[in-house]
Amino acid sequence: MSSSWPPTVADTVAPGPASTADAELVGALRAGDEDAYLAIVGRHHASMLRVAMLFAPTRAVAEEVVQDTWLAVLDGLHAFEGRSSLRTWIFSILVNRARRRGEREARSVPLSSLQDGVEPGTAAGDAERFSDEPSSWAGRWVSHPRPWAGRVDERLLMAEVQATVRAAIEGLPPAQRAVIVLRDVQGWTAPEVCLTLDLTDGNQRVLLHRARVRVRRALLEYIDGD
Amino acid sequence: MAIDRTVPPPGGISCRELVALVTEYLEESLSGPLRTRFEAHLAACEGCAGYLDQMRATVVALGRLPPEDLPADVRARLLDAFRTWQRR
Ligand SMILES: [Zn+2]
Repeated sequence: MSSSWPPTVADTVAPGPASTADAELVGALRAGDEDAYLAIVGRHHASMLRVAMLFAPTRAVAEEVVQDTWLAVLDGLHAFEGRSSLRTWIFSILVNRARRRGEREARSVPLSSLQDGVEPGTAAGDAERFSDEPSSWAGRWVSHPRPWAGRVDERLLMAEVQATVRAAIEGLPPAQRAVIVLRDVQGWTAPEVCLTLDLTDGNQRVLLHRARVRVRRALLEYIDGD
Repeated sequence: MAIDRTVPPPGGISCRELVALVTEYLEESLSGPLRTRFEAHLAACEGCAGYLDQMRATVVALGRLPPEDLPADVRARLLDAFRTWQRR
């Protein structure tokens, strides 16, 4: 078992309630603390954009939605009661606005887009090779994956590995991309993601699985290509 | 053609099946009996152990991505919005 498992997750709070860190942040925002504001904007911007892109017809519209969301968040701060975590509250505002905007743009994406990669038969990237030859058990590996044994670990901070992972994420279908970014990059819990994206536990896991399979494949190709 | 020489896979799960269950395993959402079979297979199969290791490394790599920089124009617009909001 790898010593780096499970990955450290800074904030494993379930959908609610808000933490003391959230309360402090809300206080700082209300007090007009620009550094605190830029920090929270910076932390969530990229994932907000990806979630908005689930509903918005174009990236430009998604960017507008994210911007409008921050205004709505600031206007609503006084009403934030901490029954949910600050981030799930922010993302619920985002999803509402993105959904409305998507509907107005006459593009009823949500269902189809959130289903991508959930329906059977779309496990692209899961093209492992198994053999059913009767010398040992059926459905076994043709050639064994070998542990990377730190080959990724020691190079995690290398720009090339990061670029490989980022490119793999960008190449995912939108729903897989939103789920893997929130879960594995941002460290959200499964319940938070299900709540925010209105996914069942099972669908969330399928999307996460498909996404991880593709990112692993990209890393494998990078490592083998050395 | 019936293949009667086929050995049952360890844990009664084939590698192909195990690979499809990896995320459920890591999410700790496999039922007790299935988890036991999964682990029995893992203990006997180098290939699947290697695959699981790679999936864990993948998740670690994802978790260590540095935050993306906020584009300068976005930063400027959002900061502007914050200042306007404060003055209200
Ligand atoms: Zn196996």
